Amino acid sequence: MAECGASGSGSSGDSLDKSITLPPDEIFRNLENAKRFAIDIGGSLTKLAYYSTVQHKVARVRSFDHSGKDTGQEHEPPYEVSVQEEVTARLHFVKFENTYIEACLDFIKAHLVNTETKVIQATGGGAYKFQDLIEEKLQLKVHREDVLSCLIKGCNFVLRNIPQEAFVCQGDADAEFRFHSHPHGFPYLLVSIGSGVSIVKVEAEDRFEWIGGSSIGGGTFWGLGALLTRTKKFDELLQLASQGQHANVDMLVRDVYGGAHQTLGLSGDLIASSFGKSATADKEFSKEDVAKSLLHMISNDVGQLACLHARLHGLDRVYFGGFFIRGHPVTMRTITHSINFFSKGEVQALFLRHEGYLGAIGAFLKGAEQDNPNQYSWGENYAGSSGLRSASPGLGPTQRARSGTFDLLEMDRLERPLVDLPLLLDPASYVPDTVDLTDDALARKYWLTCFEEALDGVVKRAVASQPEALDAAERAEKFRQKYRDKLQVLRLQPFAYGSLTVRSLLDTREHCLNEFNFPDPYCKVKQRENGVALRGFQSVVRALDALGWEERQLALAKGLLAGNVFDWGAKAVADVLESDPHFGFEEAKRKLQERPWLVDSYDEWLQRLKGPPHKCALIFADNSGIDLILGVFPFVRELLFRGTEVILACNSGPALNDVTHSESLLVAERIAAMDPLVRTALREEKLLLVQTGSSSPCLDLSRLDKGLAALVRERGADLVVIEGMGRAVHTNYHAALRCESLKLAVLKNAWLAARLGGQLFSVIFKYEVPAQ
Amino acid sequence: MEPIGREVFGPPPACWDWLAARWRNGRGGQPRVRLCSGWTAAEEARRSSALGGWLGRQRRLLRMGTGRLGAPMERHGRAADASASSAGEPAPGGPEGRRREPLRRRASSASAPAVEAAAEGVRRVRPGSYSGPASVSRQRVESLRKKRPLFPWFGLDIGGTLVKLVYFEPKDITAEEEEEEVESLKSIRKYLTSNVAYGSTGIRDVHLELKDLTLCGRKGNLHFIRFPTHDMPAFIQMGRDKNFSSLHTVFCATGGGAYKFEQDFLTIGDLQLCKLDELDCLIKGILYIDSVGFNGRSQCYYFENPADAEKCQKLPFDLKNPYPLLLVNIGSGVSILAVYSKDNYKRVTGTSLGGGTFFGLCCLLTGCTTFEEALEMASRGDSTKVDKLVRDIYGGDYERFGLPGWAVASSFGNMMSKEKREAVTKEDLARATLITITNNIGSIARMCALNENSAYIVL
Repeated sequence: MAECGASGSGSSGDSLDKSITLPPDEIFRNLENAKRFAIDIGGSLTKLAYYSTVQHKVARVRSFDHSGKDTGQEHEPPYEVSVQEEVTARLHFVKFENTYIEACLDFIKAHLVNTETKVIQATGGGAYKFQDLIEEKLQLKVHREDVLSCLIKGCNFVLRNIPQEAFVCQGDADAEFRFHSHPHGFPYLLVSIGSGVSIVKVEAEDRFEWIGGSSIGGGTFWGLGALLTRTKKFDELLQLASQGQHANVDMLVRDVYGGAHQTLGLSGDLIASSFGKSATADKEFSKEDVAKSLLHMISNDVGQLACLHARLHGLDRVYFGGFFIRGHPVTMRTITHSINFFSKGEVQALFLRHEGYLGAIGAFLKGAEQDNPNQYSWGENYAGSSGLRSASPGLGPTQRARSGTFDLLEMDRLERPLVDLPLLLDPASYVPDTVDLTDDALARKYWLTCFEEALDGVVKRAVASQPEALDAAERAEKFRQKYRDKLQVLRLQPFAYGSLTVRSLLDTREHCLNEFNFPDPYCKVKQRENGVALRGFQSVVRALDALGWEERQLALAKGLLAGNVFDWGAKAVADVLESDPHFGFEEAKRKLQERPWLVDSYDEWLQRLKGPPHKCALIFADNSGIDLILGVFPFVRELLFRGTEVILACNSGPALNDVTHSESLLVAERIAAMDPLVRTALREEKLLLVQTGSSSPCLDLSRLDKGLAALVRERGADLVVIEGMGRAVHTNYHAALRCESLKLAVLKNAWLAARLGGQLFSVIFKYEVPAQ
Repeated sequence: MEPIGREVFGPPPACWDWLAARWRNGRGGQPRVRLCSGWTAAEEARRSSALGGWLGRQRRLLRMGTGRLGAPMERHGRAADASASSAGEPAPGGPEGRRREPLRRRASSASAPAVEAAAEGVRRVRPGSYSGPASVSRQRVESLRKKRPLFPWFGLDIGGTLVKLVYFEPKDITAEEEEEEVESLKSIRKYLTSNVAYGSTGIRDVHLELKDLTLCGRKGNLHFIRFPTHDMPAFIQMGRDKNFSSLHTVFCATGGGAYKFEQDFLTIGDLQLCKLDELDCLIKGILYIDSVGFNGRSQCYYFENPADAEKCQKLPFDLKNPYPLLLVNIGSGVSILAVYSKDNYKRVTGTSLGGGTFFGLCCLLTGCTTFEEALEMASRGDSTKVDKLVRDIYGGDYERFGLPGWAVASSFGNMMSKEKREAVTKEDLARATLITITNNIGSIARMCALNENSAYIVL
């Protein structure tokens, strides 16, 4: 990756149009390996899609070849870590103004080396206009695709693969947009407001019906607006509109009724006749007012038609797309308002973060049908995507124009398909995140600052993790820059990547680290800590076995919690661990809050343990080392001893010092060597180690590995144990399951603890039984 | 101001046929479109309330003056202009508006709002005349004859743009009556009937005049007069100067202005308005005007083959049982009512894109100053230079969705381009504005008709 970036920046300067101001290594990335192209050329913006492969360094763990060696050596690490190259698939989408199309095509041609592609899928109104240019420049045959079917394919794709894709516009200042985690489902209405308006009823993945349209759309706003205000650019028109007062141009109900509208129960602010005043008054109207009036007229009209169609077809969700929307809050507000008004709140207006890309995505998918991209799950890469921009009033038109020059979306192909956890009580209403930072300004400020302050430590750790790499420091700096920029964007536009949450901040950091080839900065730390913890395993188990039943249960719970203190993701703990290398399990136990804990349903849990054993427990493990080995495994052992099967789910990819699936396999192997109970359980498949499909320090129970979900179903899991702050507090704290659950965490963040009414190292022990 | 020239709008009917074509070509249901007269029924309603609101019996939508003047467009002109009365539908006034509740309150007479109730009250207080249910027996008519209100008989609709005044001129005045008639009444009659223009802006639509009507037992002619709402203060002043209040007449008024100017009427003109609900009046008026016909002809008509200038013809429409029908009242804004029976209707929706929008935009785009001028320009323009058509995008028909190449894909869509902006004339712009507004009304009305299961749409 670093090479790609470097070569990109080196050779691109000369071939790219000078007017392109973004660093060229940020746009058209990975062109070298691009395999398949699609292009969507709209009235003013071009969207290019391509599929490429990305070479990443990954840390692989494997056990030493023990043959002929003494395995019990004191200071030997428990397994081997090696860095390998891995190739992953990625979808790139780039959006730029049509002005740059020629320069961009030249750039692509110059960098397209390895492709065997012969055709390019093209859609959008401009596909006709630019066909010759594309064929000539790229030497690719243009396949034109139908605009609407591309749009719908794209829409279904983003709704399926990007959990926080759709949002409603609430129009209040602090939480302007509210994201819908699970809005997807058929049928729905898609209203595409391009030059004109198309209204489509989407009934299934590939089944849709064009049910109507209107000629009053974005082209009307732009064309009529240009005539009325002598303002040529669409964005400038919108800028004007956001400053205008439509009541100066529109005839309102109050203008018709005088003051009587109040006694009649009418709202005087309703528009009786758009532009009604410009007919009766003999005066000049300001551009701003005229633009605003025009915006209202068109938004209201589209909203009204959408409502009429929605009602006729009995639909209650309408997604809006097309360039007229283009993320402009003022447009979304007026449309939302119109929909609410005309449907009396029965129809919901939804917008999409990536509405601009739908056509390009759809065209790409059409061309890639033989690769069957829909059989995979894809995930938005926060590092490589621009996020949703806002035309907040603070940004002048020039600023917007510049920042809007290039916009990027990257989606990684995930190794395995992701599905809902079958044990979710109501998948439709499940929201993983506990606090929505877009709503909560105070919390947002705290966490953004917190992540920014922790950045130095992360950079240091990243550099230290690759002592042999000469460019580690340089890459780490780039990472710092990138992540700091992201935080800055999120400060200004918290909704840029959907709802802002601690999870999204953590995930963004992981994506950025990966981007600069720091796939697993904690691999060495984890290796060492696993080694240390493995050496302590037997004595811990012996001590536990010596206890009476009841004392043992409490000790196991405390062990789980104490282990959870060892979290490099928490700044407070990282500081302790950095300064005191001997900080161990016993010290951690002493740090723990005494009972009663902050949330303490231990007594109910103990009571439950006195009852019949669970059939199967699903455990989501958190950290490597002491947490997993001295906290989770003894607990697993006890469950096995009781006759409960255990599914131990660990992350597929690395995140902080969280244990990965492959590490858990090695650790389990080592424990099996020491402990017959675990050994037998592994052999008899009563203890199963699976991967979650995730590489996040948090946990989204609606996007879990399909294999895991199948196993949960097959084994009839009736207990879910979620451990750690990231998985049980930042996410899933309120998650309702259909079976018993145990949510355990130690609050390793003073601010969060204070917010929950506790203090640093307060304990959450939440045992829940679903209502019968 | 001159009354609109008869033949301003030559044969290819520009907008109604667009509307009609839209419905016809529309997918799904095929509601039929009927057009009703220039003077919207609101006036009739006014009149009917002033002269005995029981008149309406049938409800076909008709267009006054039909047939008489040949060219349908001219009717159109009248329609859009004269009916610039009602407030249209309140579109949401923007987020600031905050109002979610639409104007539902005027739904059916069953759930009559306060205004209507008040109006009802007034009717009862006034002896006999304008109350009464729709179907009235002979005897009742007789009794009314004796108790009919004093002349002059006026009905007033004060819209957002235009004020519409109907005046009943009794032609059966006996010598005895003439003798008794007060001087001011006589002068009003003379003034109104001997002129076709009043001041610089008032116009009597002579061609719409209904002759030899019998109203409340009196024979006479019904005159239609209009003037801009902004001249309302002058009108009130005139009422004061001519000492209307001494005539003890009842000024039945509807439209938003009935509320807006009520106080002025009272304080300046010493006139008490009898305020009547606008939509009630609209329906009554339509039913009435349909029942009397237009000087012997049907008031309601439709276009056959609207998309074809050659074959297009206007045919009278007569329906025995039209309900449920959709009534589209195009004033400054547009109101859409679903009418289930003569006294059961509800306001379905409306749009703020109406006559006021057409005229307002034309003023801004072309610098025209009168509605007639705007329409006249529109009749000469070519909207395809302004609008982006399906064929401009797809090179022909968009067969997948059955969209013909000539259909408008984006109104004013060509105006995104600088060159094309420079190439259009004011007439083209006026025409495009007209097409945009009418297409949109057609489209919304069609959707409403489908939602309401109405087979007929009356404009």
